[in-house]
Amino acid sequence: MKVTFWGTRGSLASPGVDTSRYGGNTSCVAVEGSEGTMIILDAGTGIRNLGRSLPPDLKRVHILLTHLHMDHIQGLPFFAPLRRRGVEVHLWGPASTTLSLNARLQKYLSPPLFPVSVRELSADLHFHELPAQLIEIGEFLINAQLIIHPNPTIGYRIQCAGAAVTYLPDHEPALGERTFPHEKEWTSGYALAEGADLLIHDSQFTEEEYQSRVGFGHSSIRQAFQFAELTNVKHFAPFHYDPTHSDDELDRMFEEMMAELHPSYEMTPSREGLSLEVAC
Amino acid sequence: MSQQEIEVILARHLAEYLAMPIFLVNPNGDLIFYNEPAEAILGSRYNETGMMPASEWSTVFHPVDSEGRPIPPEELPLVIALTQRCPAHKILGIRGLDGVMREIEVTAFPLIGQADRFLGGIAIF
Repeated sequence: MKVTFWGTRGSLASPGVDTSRYGGNTSCVAVEGSEGTMIILDAGTGIRNLGRSLPPDLKRVHILLTHLHMDHIQGLPFFAPLRRRGVEVHLWGPASTTLSLNARLQKYLSPPLFPVSVRELSADLHFHELPAQLIEIGEFLINAQLIIHPNPTIGYRIQCAGAAVTYLPDHEPALGERTFPHEKEWTSGYALAEGADLLIHDSQFTEEEYQSRVGFGHSSIRQAFQFAELTNVKHFAPFHYDPTHSDDELDRMFEEMMAELHPSYEMTPSREGLSLEVAC
Repeated sequence: MSQQEIEVILARHLAEYLAMPIFLVNPNGDLIFYNEPAEAILGSRYNETGMMPASEWSTVFHPVDSEGRPIPPEELPLVIALTQRCPAHKILGIRGLDGVMREIEVTAFPLIGQADRFLGGIAIF
């Protein structure tokens, strides 16, 4: 599997000289399988550049949304294949008991929040609601489960040819815990991340920031490192950086965590444009 | 290792912070947690009791009605919540694992998640 980061920022796009190395676009990751199938994880502002990079003769694409917070869907109407006739776009996202996924996305994709509505998009749209037991997309086998984050939020474990990538961009497994990490059985996201070859995980806050933002649905960088250790992953990519954290601050935070925790796994901070090969 | 469903994890977190006694079971009816206020009434710490099948917890506390007659498991509020998937309420007497008889008022309800996933049940007393 080839994993490419198109947007790594959380909450709000934050372009600028201070964020140019890790990137200012919000969540979007592409995963390409061994047989050429591509799935896209989230449709933050990073999806615009991803859309421009796809071949014009693209016939089908799957976009797996973790949830419908703005930083994960804002780029959707700027995804070029959505404006092309003959392209099949499958949108996967969390179910609601009251409104369909299509209806909830239309709250954003309609006036006055946006001038173009869903029905005006040229692509052939298909909506799929989650969680489901297992999803099969091309050569991928995907496990989609709810994780702790305000409003129903899905985490994904994507498996292909014996390798596993886990994507938990907005996740607060420490919520309600007096100490963290806690028992594996009672830790949100554990089953999705256990033994993954690559874990992409929320790393929004410093420890100090987390104390005043408990319940916001995010992790401190330390908690993310600890979650990666608890779940025994092979490779950890911090992700979903706070918009106020500059490149230099992130460098310093990662260096401190590595020096303090001596993790047993490889750690590579996600950044826009980075591609990682994940082999089993 | 299996992991509890997210709604069950959140329910346990909530129970750990509340002052009301709460008893949590999985879809099979197996006891998976009770909180500190419940420990005081059930007469044992959860860490000592641990997971317990429905066949055990429905009888081990010797539930009786107001006239001291044993209540069969199928008439217990939590068993009704699990089997009929609806809330249930009852006043009953139980003998805690410390040997003390106490009268409790139990309200039980099923836990049903998104996509109609049956996740277990909760009793508050």
